[in-house]
Amino acid sequence: MIDVVGVSKRFGRLQVLDGLDLAIRPGRVTAVVGPNAAGKTTLIKILLGLTRPDAGRVLLDGQPATDDGAYRARIGYMPQIARFPENLSARDLLTLLARLRGGSATDESLIGEFALDAQLDKPLRTLSGGTRQKVNAVMAFLFAPDALILDEPTAGLDPISSSILKDRVLQERTRGRTVIIASHIMSELEELADDVAFLLDGRIRFAGPLEELKRRTHQPSLERAIAHLMIREAA
Amino acid sequence: MNDTATIRIGGGAALRRVAACQLRDVVRSRWLIAYSLFFLVLTEALLRFGGGGSRVLLSLVDIVLFVVPLVTVVLGTTYLYNAREFVELILAQPVRRRAVFGGLYLGLVVPLVMGFVGGVGIPFAVHGDAADVPALLAVLGVGALLTLVFGAIALLIAVRSDDRLRGVGIAIGVWLLTAVVYDGVVLLLAATFADYPLERPMLGAMMANPVDLARVVLLLRFDVAALLGYTGAVFQQFFGGVKGTAIAVAALLVWVAVPLALAGRAFARKDF
Repeated sequence: MIDVVGVSKRFGRLQVLDGLDLAIRPGRVTAVVGPNAAGKTTLIKILLGLTRPDAGRVLLDGQPATDDGAYRARIGYMPQIARFPENLSARDLLTLLARLRGGSATDESLIGEFALDAQLDKPLRTLSGGTRQKVNAVMAFLFAPDALILDEPTAGLDPISSSILKDRVLQERTRGRTVIIASHIMSELEELADDVAFLLDGRIRFAGPLEELKRRTHQPSLERAIAHLMIREAA
Repeated sequence: MNDTATIRIGGGAALRRVAACQLRDVVRSRWLIAYSLFFLVLTEALLRFGGGGSRVLLSLVDIVLFVVPLVTVVLGTTYLYNAREFVELILAQPVRRRAVFGGLYLGLVVPLVMGFVGGVGIPFAVHGDAADVPALLAVLGVGALLTLVFGAIALLIAVRSDDRLRGVGIAIGVWLLTAVVYDGVVLLLAATFADYPLERPMLGAMMANPVDLARVVLLLRFDVAALLGYTGAVFQQFFGGVKGTAIAVAALLVWVAVPLALAGRAFARKDF
C-alpha cells in the first residue's frame, strides 16, 4: 500500500536515511525495528510528510504523496510523545481533528474501552502521562483510516491499556487495514507483526515476513533474530 | 474515503480552526492573564493617581513601547516551542502547512491584542472622558500593531531555530536591540557625525526599527517633540502630523508582513 523509494535524508553531517527502499504490504502489520537513532522516527515522519526527504519519494497505492497532504486523510498517526496544549481538554482536540478532517469522528470505541469518558473535559495538563497516551491512541483510530502509523504506541501504558491497544491493532488488521508500528519492545512486536522491516544506519537490512526472518536467522524469536542481524552487521 | 470531504475544506477553514483552538489554549494560560492584569492594574493606578487622561496616556506610551515588544517576542517564541508536538500532530492531518502557520500566528497575536486592549481599555471605559478617546485609540492601535510585529518576529525566530534556549536568547536580544539599545546608538552616531546633513540617514534609521516607528506615531499624536528622542525629532520635522503618521503606520505594516512571510516560508519547508 505504501512504497518508499530511494529515500535519503541528511541532518547536518548525519546521514539518517541512505537510499531506503521499503514496500509496506496492505492489510498487514509491519514492525519497523532497529537500534536507537537508526532512523525509525525519521522514516515515519517522511511517510507523513512532516519531514521532506533529500531524495526519493513516498507512494500511496502507486500515487506520489502530494504536497497538500490530502493523502493524510487516509492515515491515522499516533506520535511517540503525547504533549498537547495544556489548557485544552481532550474533547477540544478531538473536535479540532474532526473539523480538520471535514467530518465527525467515525470510531470513538477506544474512548469507551479505555474508560476515558470522565477525563475528556479536564484540561490536558491535569491528566497523567498514561492517560495522555490513551488520548493519543484514540486520535489515531478516530477516523477509521486505511493505514495506521504508531510510534512506540504502548510506551507509558499500563498492561491492561496496552493489551486493549494491541487487541485493537489485530482487529484493524482483520478489517484489512494496514498498520505500521515502530517500537523497541520486541515481545509486543512478536505478538502483532506479520512483516518486519529492520533498519540500520539508514538502510533496510531485512524486510519480509516475521517467520522468514526467524527461519533465515535460525532464531526462535524476533528479539533473538534482530540481535543476530545486528551482531552480523557489526562483524 | 475521506478524501473528497477533506479537499473541500479550503486552507482558510483549517486556518480558522487551528487559530480558534490555539486561542482557547492561550486565553486560559496564566501568562496571558498576568499580562492583561498588568495593564489593567497599571492603567487603573495611573488614572486614579496620575491626573488627567491625556497625561496617563503619555505615561503609558513608554511602558507600552517597552513591555509589549518584550512580552510578545519572548512569549511568542516559547509558545511555538511548547506547541511543537501539537504542531506535528496537526501537520499529520490532511491540512496545508500555510494554513496551520496562519492559525498559529493568529492564535498567538489575537489573545495578546485582546489582553492588551482590554487591560488598557477597560479602566478608560470606566473612568475616562470622551476627549481622551482619539489618543486612547492611538495607544491601543499602536500597541496592537507592535504585537503583530513582534509576534511575527517571534515565530520567525522559533521556526528558524530548533534550540529553545538559543531561540529565547535571540528573542531577548531582538528586544534589547530594538527597544533599549537602538536609540542610544543612533544618538551616538548622530553626535559623532554632527557636522554632516543627517536627516535622511536618520529617517532610514527610524524605519529600520519598529519600536521607533511606534514611538513616532504615538508622540506625533501627543505633540510633545521633547519626548521624541533624536530620530523622532527629525521625523516630526520632516513629515509633521498626518502624513508622518501614515508613513510610519505603513512602515510598521511592512514590519509585520516581511517577518511573517519569511517565517511562513521557513515553516512550509521545515522538517519536523
